[in-house]
Amino acid sequence: MTLNQIAFIVLSCLALFGAVGVVFFNTPVRSAMALVVNFFTLGLVYFMLGSELIGITQIMVYAGAIMVLFLFVIMILKSTNDTDKPQLGERRFIFSLLGAGVVFTMIYRYVIMPTMERTNVQFTRTYGTPQEIGKTLFTQYAWPFEIVSMLLLVGIVGSIMLAKRRF
Amino acid sequence: MIPILTHLPFAAVFDEIPLGWFLTLSLVMFTLGAVGVVVRRNPVVVFMCIELMLNAVNLTFLAFAAYPTQMVALSNPGEAAITGQMVVIFVMAIAAAEVAVGLGIIMAIFRLRNEADVDDMNTMRG
Amino acid sequence: MVAEFFLRLNAENPLLLGLIRVLFVVIAILSLVPPLIWWERRLLSWMQDRIGPNRSGTITFPDNFPLKGLAGKKVRTFGLIQPLLDGLKLFLKEDITPNSVDRKIYFIAPAIALFPAFALGATLPWGPSTGLYGILTPVADVEIGILYVLAISSLGAYGIVLAGYASNNKYSMMGALRASAQLISYELAMAMSVAAIIMATGSMKLTQVVSAQEEPLWGVVPWAHNWFILTPFGLISAIIFLIAVIAETNRAPFDLPEAENELIAGYHTEYSSMKFAVFFMGEYAAMFIFSGVFATLFLGGYNILPIDWSYLAAATGNGFFKMLAGANYWLAPLVFLGKCFMGITFFIWLRATLPRLRYDQLMDLGWKSMLPIAVANFIVVGLWIICTTLYGAGGGWIAAIAAMILFVILYLNILNTSRKANPAAPSRTITMVKSPAKTETP
Repeated sequence: MTLNQIAFIVLSCLALFGAVGVVFFNTPVRSAMALVVNFFTLGLVYFMLGSELIGITQIMVYAGAIMVLFLFVIMILKSTNDTDKPQLGERRFIFSLLGAGVVFTMIYRYVIMPTMERTNVQFTRTYGTPQEIGKTLFTQYAWPFEIVSMLLLVGIVGSIMLAKRRF
Repeated sequence: MIPILTHLPFAAVFDEIPLGWFLTLSLVMFTLGAVGVVVRRNPVVVFMCIELMLNAVNLTFLAFAAYPTQMVALSNPGEAAITGQMVVIFVMAIAAAEVAVGLGIIMAIFRLRNEADVDDMNTMRG
Repeated sequence: MVAEFFLRLNAENPLLLGLIRVLFVVIAILSLVPPLIWWERRLLSWMQDRIGPNRSGTITFPDNFPLKGLAGKKVRTFGLIQPLLDGLKLFLKEDITPNSVDRKIYFIAPAIALFPAFALGATLPWGPSTGLYGILTPVADVEIGILYVLAISSLGAYGIVLAGYASNNKYSMMGALRASAQLISYELAMAMSVAAIIMATGSMKLTQVVSAQEEPLWGVVPWAHNWFILTPFGLISAIIFLIAVIAETNRAPFDLPEAENELIAGYHTEYSSMKFAVFFMGEYAAMFIFSGVFATLFLGGYNILPIDWSYLAAATGNGFFKMLAGANYWLAPLVFLGKCFMGITFFIWLRATLPRLRYDQLMDLGWKSMLPIAVANFIVVGLWIICTTLYGAGGGWIAAIAAMILFVILYLNILNTSRKANPAAPSRTITMVKSPAKTETP
């Protein structure tokens, strides 16, 4: 067990704690906090993968902005009902777990098992720096970038319309 | 350009951690998110579960970017890595737009019905 | 000798050296927060024509004291130990937890509030990047330094939001809502103003930002440093960044989350004893670190004056300038601390001067003034970079200033048309007779 492996295991345990918390905590605020933990540790996992910029963007956009928005909405709606706790005996809970289990085992067996040994790919590790990503984003991916900016604009207009209109 | 990670304790990540570990983490997160979407009734929480699934997919993209597997990718690993990260950036941008619109919709529903449960939203049922 | 020790440590045990770097930052913050509180109280009382805490810590030696020099004398500390005593009081007070709070979140919230304040210091260089300080200064000199600061500061809302939520108190909840809305609004303007600096620097490393400010002033004056606050676009960025920082640390005039005459004490109404002290400390630590960020981004970091001493020494052959260059190197941490101190003094000055904003004024300022100006500034920087590469330094400045004038004319025109279209609305004076505009104040 090397230092890297220990670091990865600790991070992934935290991330999984967050993921479990999102699904099984009974108040929305706690779920949101669990999701923040998940997103934050996921950002650190991205660092381990060498994607510095994506990792910090993950923390800034997801953990910093999107989740604050979620918390804001939860509080403004005062949707703090505790009745939403998933019932273990419920039919859909059992069937969703069954289905998820089947898909999980199949993907694990046929996709992930073969990659368990895959390590040691040597190539330049500067691919995650802002310089590299910026260069590619504004040359090769300029069109998708523009389209996404249009999409964000549409999103802004749409959310303002939704918020303004009185039903 | 200097290798950026050499000064950090996890400089040798790619030699010590197999690709499968990252993929497993992502798969477990995705499964939990899918279960959550089915099980939970509060629309905000359902929405959070969708975000969880999106992030699991992002992690998969980044893992495959860092460990190229196909022959094409192996011939030019730097290119593959950049492509994977580009996809993640676009997913993030789209997720941000989705959250803005989705939370707007949830707010509108709450304003309309004063209480929201995804099971009760069946007025459009034929 | 010290330098050799750290150089050897760097070669042999980089992890231990990393811990030492972290300790430098943390100890600096922890040991400077109590004097800061004292300084704030003294300065505020001076500005408000009061005396403030000046008694505690005064020792009167008896006449028969063995040391002859001290016998019968008073040693004054001007109340410097007052914050220590306050801290002791907070430690020893009864820790009240209300009955109906959400217990787990209630206990975690202060810790979450403290975390970003300390984590922010990780990428700040408090000394030159060469020699001894080069090994010691930034805890991690990562490629994404500025983004790290933005990301961690955006986590600052959680402590407040969770505290407000967990307290199960209407006023706390309102404080939390205000804090989250305020943070989202001002984060944008802050990021845009910083983006202008990133573009002008060409890197996100904070050490690079500082070394970009050591270039010749405006690209033409060789003996001066190009501190960003001295450039036109940098000045605008600096003003926007400063306002956003004050909003982000919830200081007056942006202290709506804890407005004591509307919300009792806002999000920390239900907190007492140590937990309250932790919130308090988090606020001051954030102030301290954000002053450091401001100094690094706009005030040339650890350099004492925007003058290139070594250039002057080389040009004139004067030994005095050489000595000053050495002093500039070795006094760097003190200079940096001094700049942080100046920033905090500015914060306190603002608190004593400006009244609190109303909620709609806060939102107007953030979305209608600061964000458009920051975006316009961003465009100006882009034009400056293009024209500098095409036509050299002079062409770049002409283009930048022309674009700025254009934007100002455009802005005034828009303002005029909106005034004409709706003559009653834009008056910003507070009339106490009429109730304020109907906005949804959560």
